[in-house]
Amino acid sequence: MIEVSNITKTYNSGENSFQALKGVSFTINNGEFVAIMGPSGSGKSTLMHILGCLDTPTSGIYQLDGKDVSTMTDDEQADIRRDNIGFVFQSFNLLPRTTVLRNVMLPLIYANETPERREVEARNALLAAGLDEKYFMHKSNQLSGGQIQRVAIARALVNNPTMILADEPTGNLDSRTGEIVLGTFQRLNETLGRTVILITHEPDVAEHADRIIVIRDGVIVSDAKNTKKRKAAIHTDQQ
Amino acid sequence: MTTNDILHETYSALTANKVRTGLTMLGIIIGISSVITMVSIGNGAQNSIQSSIQSIGSNLVIVTPGATRSFGGGPQQARGSAQTLTVADGQAIQSQVANIGSIAFDVSSREQVIAKGTNSNTSITGTTASYATVRNIEVSDGVFITDQDVAVSAKVVVLGPTTASDLFTDGTEPVGQQIRINGGIYTIVGVTKSKGGSGFSNADDAIYMPYTTAQHYISGNQYLTEIDVSASSAEVTTQVQNDITTLLLSRHNIADTTKADFSTLNQSDIIATASSVTSTFTILLAAVAGISLLVGGIGIMNMMLTTVTERTREIGLRKAIGAKKSDINNQFLIESIMLTFTGGVIGVALGWTISIVVSQLGIISTTVTVSSVLLAFGVSAVIGVLFGYYPARRAANLNPIDALRFE
Repeated sequence: MIEVSNITKTYNSGENSFQALKGVSFTINNGEFVAIMGPSGSGKSTLMHILGCLDTPTSGIYQLDGKDVSTMTDDEQADIRRDNIGFVFQSFNLLPRTTVLRNVMLPLIYANETPERREVEARNALLAAGLDEKYFMHKSNQLSGGQIQRVAIARALVNNPTMILADEPTGNLDSRTGEIVLGTFQRLNETLGRTVILITHEPDVAEHADRIIVIRDGVIVSDAKNTKKRKAAIHTDQQ
Repeated sequence: MTTNDILHETYSALTANKVRTGLTMLGIIIGISSVITMVSIGNGAQNSIQSSIQSIGSNLVIVTPGATRSFGGGPQQARGSAQTLTVADGQAIQSQVANIGSIAFDVSSREQVIAKGTNSNTSITGTTASYATVRNIEVSDGVFITDQDVAVSAKVVVLGPTTASDLFTDGTEPVGQQIRINGGIYTIVGVTKSKGGSGFSNADDAIYMPYTTAQHYISGNQYLTEIDVSASSAEVTTQVQNDITTLLLSRHNIADTTKADFSTLNQSDIIATASSVTSTFTILLAAVAGISLLVGGIGIMNMMLTTVTERTREIGLRKAIGAKKSDINNQFLIESIMLTFTGGVIGVALGWTISIVVSQLGIISTTVTVSSVLLAFGVSAVIGVLFGYYPARRAANLNPIDALRFE
C-alpha cells in the first residue's frame, strides 16, 4: 500500500527556488491500476521520482507498505528500490550487448539471489510479460521496440515488487506496439493482481487505467475512478 | 553480487570496446615490461662486474709499492714504480698479521718471449706456489710452480692459455717445451685454465715463474712489485688490510700515514664501489621505466573516466533497480584493477621474454629477479586502485535521476 500525505518538493537553484510539488496526498491500495496524468512541468516526474525512491520530498510523509521511506538514506532507498519497486522507463534502459535473460536477472543479482533462483524467476517474469522463450538468449539490441519494452516489464516484475512504476512506457513506441504494452500492464494487473502506476501526459494512455490522478502545477486537480476504461485493442501476445 | 557476477560484468565491459581496452592496456604492458627488462639488465651488469672482480681472487688484499719520492722535492714518479717492498716485508706480513689464508709475492714485468721462432710480448709474473690459491688459478696441464722451484730459483715457467696458443700456433703440446725470455732459456712445466679476461689484467695472457728466478734473471734486484694476501674470510679483510698497513709503516719507519711508500687495496672495497655504481645505474633505469608505467596509469584513468561518462545511463539504471553506491564503486574499481592486472601479467611475460632475448643475443647477461616481478605486479595493482578510484567514485556518486536523463 502506498500512502502519500501532503508531500512538497522545492528545488533550490541559486537564489531562485521552485516548488514542483505543493502538497500532494493520495493512497493507492495493492492491486490498483492508477494513471498519474499531467502535462510536462506539472510535477508528475518529480512525483514519480519520489514514489520510486529516487528522490526524497522536502516535506510530507511517504509510506510504502507501512514504512516511512521519505527520510531514508541513499543505501536504504536502494534497498527499497530493489525489493519494492519495479521500474519501466520510456527509453527502456536495457543493458546493451547483454542477453535478455541476464537483463531481467539484474535486480536479482543485486538482491544476492542464487544463480538457480535468478534463472527461474527471470524466465517466469519474461513469460508473464509475454515474451516468447526463443528470444531469451538474444542480445537486447537484436529485439524490436515492443519486445524490448516487454523485457523491461519483465525486469520490473522479477523481484515481486509492491508496485510497477511505468514512466511514459509507450512514449517511444508506435501506437500499435503501445497498445500491446498497455495490454500487458492490464493483464498483469487483472490476472496477477499487480499494482501498476502509469505516469503519462496522454489521456489516451491514462484511460487504460482504473483510476486517474490528474496533476497540474504541483497540485492534484482530480483523483477519480476511470468510468470509461479502455481495453487495450490488442490483448494477445502476437508481435 | 557474487565474485562470478562481478567477473562476468567486468569481462563484458572490458570486451565491449576491445581496441580501446587493448590500447589502454598497452600502456601498462610497456610500463611493466620496461621496468622488468631495465632492472634485469641492471642486475645482470651488476652480477657480471662483481663476478669479474671476484675472479681476481678471494678476500684479496693487494699491497703495492708507493711512488718514489726523492729528497728535496723532486718530481714524483708513478705509483707502483718505487722499490720499497721486499721479501722480508712479505715474510713479516705472513708471520705477524692474523687471519691470513695465504700470501703470494709478485715480481712482474713485461718481456719479449720467444718460442721456436714465434714471439710475443707478455707479462711475466714471478711468484710463489701460493699464487694459484690466492688468485684462483687452476692448472689444466702439467703443474704450477712449487715451493721447491722457488727455493732453487728453477728456470721453469707456467703459461696462461692465451700465451700458450700464441706461442705454439702449430698445436705443439707446450708442457716440456723450452722458451727464451730475456736471453735465458726456461722449461714449460704447466698451462693454466682459462679464467676469462677480467677488468684489471688478463690472467690468461701471462707467464708465471718462481719469484726468485724473476729476481735473479729478469729484474735483477731484491724488490717485489706486489704482495697478494688472501684473508681467511670476507669479514676479516678490513682487519688484515689495517694490520698490514700498521706493520709496514713501522717496518719502513714512517710516522705520517699520508707519506706511506706503499698502498693497500681491499677486494671488498672494489666490489662495494662497483656495486654502488651499478645500483645507481639500475635505479636510474628503473626510474625511467617507472615514468612510462605512470603514463600507462594515467591512460587507465583517462579510459575509466570516458567509460563512466559513456555509461552514465547504465549507472542510473543500475541504481534505479537497486544497486548501492558500493556496488557501482566496486564494479568500476574492479574494472580498472582487471585492466592493470591483465596488463601486468602480459607485461611481466613480455619483460621476461625481452630479458631472455637480450641474454641470448649476448648483448648483456640479464637476471630477472623475483623481487622485480613482484614489484612490477604490486605497482600495477596499486596503479589500478589509484587511477581507478577517482572514476569509480564519480560513477558511484552519480544521482540516479540525472543519470537516467543523461543523453
